[in-house]
Amino acid sequence: MSEARAEKLSVPAVTPELVASHGLTADEYQKIVKALGREPNYTELGVFSVMWSEHCSYKSSRYYLKNLPTEGPHVLQGPGENAGVVDIGGGLAVAFKIESHNHPSFIEPYQGAATGVGGILRDIFTMGARPIASLNSLRFGSIDHPRTRYLLAGVVAGIGGYGNCIGVPTVGGECYFDECYNANILVNAFTLGIVKKRQIFTGVAKGVGNPVIYVGSKTGRDGIHGATMASESFSEEKEQRRPTVQVGDPFTEKLLLEACLELMEKDYIIGIQDMGAAGLTSSSSEMAGRGGCGVELDLSAVPLRESGMTPYEILLSESQERMLLVAKQGSEDKIKSIFDKWDLDAVVVGRVTDDQQFRALWRGEEVANIPIRALTKEAPAYQRPATRPAQQDQLQQLDLSTVKEPKDLAAALKQLLSSPNLASKEWIYRQYDQYVRTNTVVGPGADAAVIRVKGTAKGLALTVDGNSRYCYLDPYVGGVIAVAEAARNLACVGARPVGLTDCLNFGSPENPEVMWQFAQVIQGMRDACTTLNVPVVSGNVSFYNETDGTPIYPTPTIGMVGLIEKVERMVTPWFKAAGDIVVLLGRTREELGGSEYLKWVHGLTRGTPPWIDLKTERAVQLACLEAIDQKLLTSAHDVSDGGLAVALAECCIGHPERPLGVRIETHEMIRGDASLFSESQSRIVVSLKEENIDRLKETAARHSVPVQIIGAVGGNRFTIQPLVQLPIEELRAIWSTALAAKLK
Amino acid sequence: MRWGVITFPGSCDDHDVFDSLKFELGQKVKLLWHKDELAGNFDCIVLPGGFSYGDYLRCGAMARFSPILRGVVKFAQSGGLVLGICNGFQILCEAGLLPGALVRNTDLRFVCRPVHLRIEETDTPFTSGLKRGQILKMPVKHGEGCYYADAGTLEQLRRNRQILLRYVDGKGKPTAPANPNGSVENIAGICNEARNVFGLMPHPEDACSKLLGSEDGAKIFTSIAAAWAQKAGAHV
Repeated sequence: MSEARAEKLSVPAVTPELVASHGLTADEYQKIVKALGREPNYTELGVFSVMWSEHCSYKSSRYYLKNLPTEGPHVLQGPGENAGVVDIGGGLAVAFKIESHNHPSFIEPYQGAATGVGGILRDIFTMGARPIASLNSLRFGSIDHPRTRYLLAGVVAGIGGYGNCIGVPTVGGECYFDECYNANILVNAFTLGIVKKRQIFTGVAKGVGNPVIYVGSKTGRDGIHGATMASESFSEEKEQRRPTVQVGDPFTEKLLLEACLELMEKDYIIGIQDMGAAGLTSSSSEMAGRGGCGVELDLSAVPLRESGMTPYEILLSESQERMLLVAKQGSEDKIKSIFDKWDLDAVVVGRVTDDQQFRALWRGEEVANIPIRALTKEAPAYQRPATRPAQQDQLQQLDLSTVKEPKDLAAALKQLLSSPNLASKEWIYRQYDQYVRTNTVVGPGADAAVIRVKGTAKGLALTVDGNSRYCYLDPYVGGVIAVAEAARNLACVGARPVGLTDCLNFGSPENPEVMWQFAQVIQGMRDACTTLNVPVVSGNVSFYNETDGTPIYPTPTIGMVGLIEKVERMVTPWFKAAGDIVVLLGRTREELGGSEYLKWVHGLTRGTPPWIDLKTERAVQLACLEAIDQKLLTSAHDVSDGGLAVALAECCIGHPERPLGVRIETHEMIRGDASLFSESQSRIVVSLKEENIDRLKETAARHSVPVQIIGAVGGNRFTIQPLVQLPIEELRAIWSTALAAKLK
Repeated sequence: MRWGVITFPGSCDDHDVFDSLKFELGQKVKLLWHKDELAGNFDCIVLPGGFSYGDYLRCGAMARFSPILRGVVKFAQSGGLVLGICNGFQILCEAGLLPGALVRNTDLRFVCRPVHLRIEETDTPFTSGLKRGQILKMPVKHGEGCYYADAGTLEQLRRNRQILLRYVDGKGKPTAPANPNGSVENIAGICNEARNVFGLMPHPEDACSKLLGSEDGAKIFTSIAAAWAQKAGAHV
């Protein structure tokens, strides 16, 4: 006991400085005092600081997030759980979510990205779902920035290192480069799992007296919020500063995954939650909050990796590969035996109580006693001021007469295909296992990835999308397009959307201009989700992506999941056979604002992003889907970054083994560069056998979608009369090697 | 024919081999647990891909000490068919059932891509259903798949015709770009002297379905099944 007493004595006094260093405002501190009816002790202050952090409480974003449509006939679990769940029929459901790991990945790219993957995987198998596919959305600074190569190599190796080792394939993703991310990279990780409808688990604590069981890795001092401050005040002489980035152990997570799924086949679990951000504290209090009960934890029972850890550290540790579960009384030994089989700890660390309090004991003494409501439902929420930036009007001004049209548009196309944003990402995805679990029908490089659902005729299509340049220039339109393009990508493979998950990456919410961007993006997403009929089932907000007061471009990443009833009918973007007719669904307008062409060839980020009419968008997607249902199409590809010329080039050279030429004639009445590189929305390039043309026209007419026959597949040249004529092999060489060449 | 597929802690492709054998090829197959002794009658034991015991030490270095491996070694020594895929190949080398070693890919990065493989020898149960020079397509996915053996061992491998698979280009040439990991002599798979133990880095279980892009992997499994049936028939 003397040791305990000594450490207890060294607990710092709660001073205004200590409160401020925990990131709590004076107002928030007063709220704490009111909730407790007294001053908090040091441990309680730590608990409040993590639970009321932006990351855990969504205090700046909740006001806006509630505007997003979250319901639909197939939604089994909307936002607020570890992941969203959607019914796909036949007794099966899919659980999916996207999450950010931006700051850790900038500090330590390998471990930051690896633990990002580890975290999202746990969110999925916590729901009872077996993870079967991952994607990622990455944003780096300029390709020529001195840190970019190091960060990209580390992040990609980290994602691969974790995902490959745990045996979940990475089947797709996106990666963009822009100066606005020079000091704030984005790493957003998406995972989807499959689960039997009657075996879905949630993070809920119920049943007074039921045991709270800790499973997985031991707890260490990694990732403790405010670790620096805490260790300096504790025992000055020996504590070293610990990095705040956790270290991942995919092998342990693989065991945890298998053990949890094996356990979930039994009838022992009431609720289960990943110990992610704010670790033991958030998992236990959130579960109690959902169940309307209390929880008592004995911190002395928590398996520790190192000696001398304090209650504060144990509660706030973010050590990886840990789960907390509430089980039925009497099942403790059976649960232990399953975890024994997998050589993992399973320890009772607490009980469900009826007092609706969060209580933590340490060596018999109470070290925290807080009303659960104060940590969950009654956490602060703000409607922060939002102001349209003064320079927004100026940003949107673009006088195309001052943008000189290049004489050699073939050279401009070659230049665009060498842009790291448009060039092949094979250097990246070659480092990911794309095949494990033997479901991958279409892997990285297509509009959307397609995986089969074993035991059924169905397939799932998955995509992650977001164009932050559009959002910077017009956050409302950017928000609309992010959702619309994701749905269009699904339509191109023949999938109808069942739900989306969003990762909203922004600057500081305390900056009114950032808050305005946030509000506008959400509004745009909401309108698109409503018209396209896609519910938001899960998500994540990442604020404070800024350095020295300069925020990143507003970057919503949309992860969308679609269902294909007959997977063998799916379509890929690549041209298949000489003689096929090439058709453009939709209409090209002179829209170069915010385009990749304007940025990469002319060095300009300005103008308004392309306009989008959601009814037209919906019609184009439906026409494409119905054409695929009728087996009319041999290929379909979304026209997006880089415009029609780049989309056509991708159709020709995207397939690794079968490059095919094309001959196109355009009769656009707009300037040449715009006809090639305009990023007008709601367009899809398809190819088909000549005999199917009439039926495609009928289908399109039914939806009032413009159909334009623009050329034919064949030969070994890429021709757009009269503007471009190039050998296919030359385009392929540029596009396939540009990124790798920059990373040598 | 009865197949056994071992699950080590950290095995990732155990279920893939199981599913491909069972559902794509209609074979009788059972998953085996690393902590158990090898018991029961099996005709072919498969060591699947993955990261056994995390592979934080050398790949396969821990797995060779697992309880079930004792039985696998005996099974192999008595002529039983053993197939090691990727991590399984690494384990077989560590266990001394196959010569040489798999080391870090020469470009130091994990590689996942489809490769072309040329069948070099057909007088083994694993390749007897195929033709010499035949080209198969299936994926590799590994960080440490660079096959290495010293000059003497290589000479022995060649003399005994133990090199069963080489990485080649689409035209069947063993070129440097066709070699995904820097393996010596583009070696992708070898067998032991007795020709009943086969290790390869590529993944036949990922190429057993037209929907997934290739059925070439199935040709290796069906070759094994046919060779076994022939042998079993001969004994009856």
